[in-house]
Amino acid sequence: MVQNGPERVHSDKDPMLTYPYYVQRLRHETHDTFTIELRPARAVEMTPFSPGQFNMLYVFGLGEIPISISGDPGNQERLIHTTRAVGAVTKAMMKLKRGNMIGVRGPFGTKWPVKEAMGRDILIVAGGIGLPPLRPALYHILSHRKDYGKVSLLYGTRTPEDILYIKELEKWRARLDLEVFITVDRAKGDWRGNVGVVTTLIPKAPFDPDNALAMVVGPEVMMRFSALELQKRGLTADRIYISMERNMKCGVGLCGHCQLGGVFVCKDGPVFRFDQMKDVFTKREL
Amino acid sequence: MQTLEPLLASHPFLKNLNPEHVKLLVGCATNKVFNPGEFLSQEGEDADLFYFIRDGKVVVEIYSPEHGPITIQTLDGGEILGWSWLVPPYRWRFDARALETTRAIVMDGKCIRQKCENDHSLGYEMMKRFAEIIADRVEATRLQLLDLYGK
Repeated sequence: MVQNGPERVHSDKDPMLTYPYYVQRLRHETHDTFTIELRPARAVEMTPFSPGQFNMLYVFGLGEIPISISGDPGNQERLIHTTRAVGAVTKAMMKLKRGNMIGVRGPFGTKWPVKEAMGRDILIVAGGIGLPPLRPALYHILSHRKDYGKVSLLYGTRTPEDILYIKELEKWRARLDLEVFITVDRAKGDWRGNVGVVTTLIPKAPFDPDNALAMVVGPEVMMRFSALELQKRGLTADRIYISMERNMKCGVGLCGHCQLGGVFVCKDGPVFRFDQMKDVFTKREL
Repeated sequence: MQTLEPLLASHPFLKNLNPEHVKLLVGCATNKVFNPGEFLSQEGEDADLFYFIRDGKVVVEIYSPEHGPITIQTLDGGEILGWSWLVPPYRWRFDARALETTRAIVMDGKCIRQKCENDHSLGYEMMKRFAEIIADRVEATRLQLLDLYGK
């Protein structure tokens, strides 16, 4: 188990018990990503989630998968998840309609260090489908804006067509207390924004390296290179946080499917401090 | 008379450069504003220049008959455009176009090459700084090639 890592969240509920939820809304974000909004089917008390945590979502008859919570922690009456349709379960989930039922276990895992980040400049670095797990942290920071220094969102995607939450990004961009940088890996002539990988945005972001904290989510290679670039700008590894993705099954560190070196990603993560995981990143055997 | 020396010295590329070297570079520099759509470089043409971008946005692109202009990279204030002036046969490999009104210091590559030949300490400084830029861009290009966000 990781010592002094991000804070874990405890719940009295039986973690193996699945609760029925109704699909309230399903919105297509891009050609292969969607946001699903869920409400409990029974009058049960929902366990409050913290930014960074995930739920196990069960499509009946097909299977259960871990998906990060991407909703506002200030609104605990509904669960919001954004994911990409890549496997049998997510492809079936994308076809669900309002009123369909789904099973939910959770929330599980460690949370983003929004308390530890108070008083600091914040860098939120997202790559591709890495934005949804970071959105709850951004919601929290924006709703407690005075508690933080400069806040920057750095977001990279494959093409302009793959940008998630476009309307929300437009609103965030209009704010005077938030810097939003977006880049795409490739674009045709009509795109007027940045082109280049997300790491190229890091030198452009305004932050004091001695008093900043970064939260990074994306493919592991992207997180590794982002951490290198952040360190090049003077940020120390103990102020860089990442969220890992592995084959989570039980959600409570029993089954061992998500074991990564000495940690269980579902229980000790998914949010980790980079200095505690940087050796794991470069071990091919893991 | 006001010269471009303070503007050059304040560009991140030349941070902490020996002031004597900055003075040498000033003789090869002119200040210019590019309107949106105006080309800073065109593929195949002589690359006798490079640019310290002061502010604005420049798009580096390659033209394909099938797809039209494809953007490879964008550059903002504080960045640098062009290293073809350093490497024979000194021809631009890509098009570069101002996406918005862009202010840049235009450097005469032939002039700089001559000054670097005459003063190897300046030449070594320029090479070190360009090597860092080139290494960063190669790394970024490799990450782009990985298509990290694909399925």
